[in-house]
Parts: sequence; structure tokens; C-alpha cells
Amino acid sequence: MKWHTVETKKGTRCRVLEGGSGAPVVFLHSAGGLLRDNSFLDQLAQRYSVFAPEWPGYGESTGEELLEDMLDFALHGWDLVDALGLRQPHLVGHSMGGMIAAEMACLAPRDLGKLVLVGAAGLWMDEHPIPDIFAMLPHQIAEVLFADPQQGQALLTGGADLSDMEALKDFYVASQRRLAMAGKILFPIPNRRLSKRLYRLTAETLVLWGAADRLIVPAYAERWKALIPNARVQTIDGAGHMLPYEQPEAFVRTVGSFLG
Amino acid sequence: MKFTWFNLMPWPYLPDDFREKHRSVWVDIPSTLYDPRKGHEVYHTYLDQLEYAESLGFDGIGCNEHHQNGYGLMPSPNLIAAALARRTSRAALCVIGNSIVGYNPPIRVAEEFAMLDVISGGRLIAGFPVGTPMDTNFCYGQIPALTRDKYREAHEMIMKAWASDEPFAFDGKYNQLRWVNCWPKPIQKPHPPIYIPGGGSIETWDFCLDYDYNYSYLSFFGYLRGKSLLDGYWERVAKRGKDDSPYRAAFAQIICVADTDAEAEALYAEHCLYFFNRCLHVFPPFADPPGYRTMATVKYGALSQLTQARQKILENLTWKQLVDERFVIAGSPETVRQQLEECIKGLRIGHLFCLFHNGNMPDWKTRHSSKLFAEKVMPHLRDLWPEWKHDERWWMHPMDERVRPEERRPGAEKPRAEWKR
Repeated sequence: MKWHTVETKKGTRCRVLEGGSGAPVVFLHSAGGLLRDNSFLDQLAQRYSVFAPEWPGYGESTGEELLEDMLDFALHGWDLVDALGLRQPHLVGHSMGGMIAAEMACLAPRDLGKLVLVGAAGLWMDEHPIPDIFAMLPHQIAEVLFADPQQGQALLTGGADLSDMEALKDFYVASQRRLAMAGKILFPIPNRRLSKRLYRLTAETLVLWGAADRLIVPAYAERWKALIPNARVQTIDGAGHMLPYEQPEAFVRTVGSFLG
Repeated sequence: MKFTWFNLMPWPYLPDDFREKHRSVWVDIPSTLYDPRKGHEVYHTYLDQLEYAESLGFDGIGCNEHHQNGYGLMPSPNLIAAALARRTSRAALCVIGNSIVGYNPPIRVAEEFAMLDVISGGRLIAGFPVGTPMDTNFCYGQIPALTRDKYREAHEMIMKAWASDEPFAFDGKYNQLRWVNCWPKPIQKPHPPIYIPGGGSIETWDFCLDYDYNYSYLSFFGYLRGKSLLDGYWERVAKRGKDDSPYRAAFAQIICVADTDAEAEALYAEHCLYFFNRCLHVFPPFADPPGYRTMATVKYGALSQLTQARQKILENLTWKQLVDERFVIAGSPETVRQQLEECIKGLRIGHLFCLFHNGNMPDWKTRHSSKLFAEKVMPHLRDLWPEWKHDERWWMHPMDERVRPEERRPGAEKPRAEWKR
């Protein structure tokens, strides 16, 4: 996999991790960004042309000031697809990325292949309030994101030595920037009324969930299924909200057999 | 110097084990800790104190806005100011202020502030804070990364509404109104003095200087810790080629006056410790949602912005530390005078927001401290800025002939002839 940078018509500059060959798959990352250890992308790239863009406000991607609301975010997704020269890619969105992918699919249902929503944000159920990720201490975040929080903490920091003040400062600044951007569609409640638009989906959809997801509990998978015309649900054991990072093999196997 | 008597209006009945049992005094503080029947007495005591402050000769009396907060019982400071407008007639009403991002639509602030200015005969000082992240983001649901942009727009609408003599259309990003037509308008022209309470955001300095607004640094951490920030502000003032009138800046300071230093400790220590240990116990993530501070400010302060560090300071505070490090200026009138002179000159401020009521301080102690200050300290600090004596740019300009509502007793006299028509 290699990094490339593309410029969208709107003017954002986005770094995209690309690799593999086969049918195009666009992977949209979660609110925390692409973690460094993302072996599931390498594995996916053995069967597909994989494109994993970094959203503006994440890593080296810029132009976050150009995107303010849900419509901006969804159109930016399609602007990226255009900038990459892709036709009818499969969309795989994780958490916040799932929310964006679903919104993209509602806007332009005929412009994608299949849709995979992985622990997707975007719905709200009063009986299952989603913990407020914007009001958490660092160790609390790992606790809700991962089936195994200790292992998760290491994945989150990507091996950076946070006892080093400079490294801690960089990590803090980058994390503030990422979540500032995510907050535009997730704060204070990650619901921008997608549920009103999901009837428009025509793509075959896989709703994929970690059985131990403590952030957006598996009950949400059933809710997605009920709202999307052509969806099935699959749950993977031993995984929390960060399923692709926690169970990469199972993730790739399941996504692969769905996409074909 | 102008002295404003300020009451944060804390809830005085937080339990002793509040810190251990609860993670935050703000946002998710259990509402069962509030007792409205006791609250009745509390509000009246606090309002009485503000009225008393006017009688002592304070230039202004002040209130502010907080939500879901155990140390600030004023979700609506305008209600408090309205009550004060009817019972006072001389002091400036410093509403510091309305967190304008949370008002929908923001014209509401233009209207209510205009009402207060008119009722009080032109005594309003209007504060426009961005609002703390606890209030604006966590309690009022505003998106952190868009808060400042929305603030700028709300400010633009309010100022335009006060300035315009014609109805106009406002096509904003967050607010669209086809007919903006502020009615009533404020007495003070072109508008009441505007104060911008800021924490450490460097953008706020430029905003104040762009419009020549007062910059108010409201910290509870005392003037020694406030110094570097105010130094930064004054550097910015010089760089922008503005005059350095001390009235451009205000600072909030906790003050406790007694006959002697020892008596100050005996009278006030437990109440100040209540304030620092219970009232400032805020769950750190509530103070720092990503996007609330601009990236420039995050990088400028970076780790010092990590409020955990700030919270650490508050653990195990002692009275000695509070006094030595000047979180609190406390002691005999002479001690307080000396330290305040250092504070005022060191920070170069023309306005002091004086916090006499702290934590769970009983009424009589609050009055005792305020009275000693008014009689034995304030007169000695009045003329610290002789060269700026006539600079009234950041102070109220009331009507000369105004109603004295506290002297009017409706119903006690016969209806006036003109009412009978």
C-alpha cells in the first residue's frame, strides 16, 4: 500500500492509502482516523483495489475548514471518488466513516457497488444512548472502543512513546484536530437524520458489528437493518467497536465473501 | 479605578464528600443536590448582597451566565439584572455576560440587553462571552469547531440590530431572519459598553482590539498566574498601535478583608476552600472538547491547556497556598491594599471584578468583608491611574434624569392625574 495525495474540486487535499488490484473499494475511517496498524487494508488489497482516504483534518489531509456539515461531508466523499477516477466503487465505512458512506449512498444510490457499514454511527436510539466520546478521559476511550482495552490502548497510540513530552504534545494536537472535525457531524449527538433518507438505498448492504461493541451497541445493527431496504447483519465475536483492527482476518473474510 | 461587586452565586450546600462522590460540579452534577426550597432564600440573599454593594459605593454590580453548574446559579443573568435594575439606581449593571452562541436567534440578546439598558436608565455593561465549553458545548449542544464562527455571526447580528434604524434582512450561515428590527433599542449610543470575557484564547485579544471592546480575564487563579496572559494581551495592544488605557482590561479577583491577617484566615478560609475544592471540581474533558480552542491556541498553549494539570493544582490546596500564591487576596485592609495595588499595576487593569462572596460564605461575613473593603481599601486604590482619569470609554453612560425605582412605591399614592384620561 502506498500514500498518494489527491486534490478535490472543492479544494481539499487528501492523502489516500492505495494498493492492490481488482474491484475498487473505498474505505472510510472512523473518528479517530486510520490507525497505524491497519493490516486489514493490506489483506483487502489482495483481492481489491483499495483506497483509504484520510479525511480533511486528519494526518496530512487539509481543507477541513471547507467542510462544515453532513452534506459537505457526504459530497466530499463523492468528490474523492471523482478525484480518484473511480466508477461505482464499493463503499466500506467504519463508525463515522459508515455514517458518511451511508449518507453518500442515500444521495447517489446508483453510484456505488455494495455498501458495508461497520459499527456505523449515524443513528440514535433513546434506549441505547451512545457514550459521549467527547467527554472522556484517554483511558476511558480505549475501554469503550475495544473488546480488549489494554491491547486497544496500544493500537490507539500507534506505538508513540507518550512519556516523551514532545510526542505527547504532538499526539494531543493531532487528536484535538481530528476530533474537532469529527464533532461537526458527531457532536453533541451523532445523528444528522440519516434515518429519514435510508429508504433511498438500493445497494446491497452488509451491516457488520463487533459482538462486544460497547460504544455503539449491537442493537444498532438491527436498527440499520430495519431502515435499509436490502441489508443483512453479521456480528463478529471477540471484537468491539474497532472491529477491523481487532479481528482483521475475520473482518476481511466477511467483507470479501459479501463483496464477492 | 472602577470596582464591580460580583457574585457567582454558588450553591452553598454541596456535601463534604462532593469531590469524592461526584466527578464534576458542572454539566452532569446531580440535580438532586439542588433544593429549590433552600434556593429561594439563597437567591434573595445574593440579590440583597448585590444591592448592598451599591449602597457601599461600588461602581458596578455584576452577574454572569452558567448552566448546569453548582457554583453558578444564573442560567439567565438577565433575570438577575432585571431584578437589580428595579432595586438599584446608581451602580452599573455588569452582565458579563450572555453566551450569545446559545441564543436562538441571537436577536434575543439584543432585545433583552436593550430592555435592561432602558429599565436601568442606561446602566448596562454588556458582556459577550464565547461561553465556556461546559456551558456552550456540553450543556447547550453547540458544535465545538463551529462555536467561534457562530459567535462571530451572532455578534454581527446583535451589533447590526442595535445600529440599524431600519428593519433589515440577515442572511447568516446559522441564523436567517427576514426582518431584524430591534425594539426597544438601548439608551446608550451607539451601544452599551461591551466586555469580552476571555480565558486564554489569543484570538479573543484581536477581536477585542478590532472593535475596541474591553477584555476581561475572568480567572479564579489569582493575579500572579494571570500576569503572563495579560502581558501577552498588552503586547498585542501595543503591536496593534492602540493606546494602553488600563480601562481596556478587567480582571476578576477573590478578595477577603478582615481586621487582621489572622482574622481573615479564621473568618474566610473554610469558605474559600469550599469554593476551590468543591466548586471548581470539573471533569477535565468537559473543559476541553476538541475544536473549541482554535488550532493556533492549542499549539500556543499545547500541554498547559491540558486541564488535568489545572485540576492537579486544585487538589490539596491549603489556605496558606491560596494566600501565598494569591489565588485569594486576603488579610487586613493594609495587606489587601498592598496586594491589590500590585495586582492592578502589574496587570494594568482599570476594572476590578471583586469576588467577596465565596463558596458557602454566610451573608454576614460577605457583608463584613465588602464593607471593610469599601471603607478602608477602595478609597486608597481609586486613583491609581491618574493619567487616564477621564477615560470613560469602557464605562456606562446613563441618563442624568432617571427614575429611582427603589423610591417609588406603587399604590401608596393616589393615581396621577395623567393616568386618568
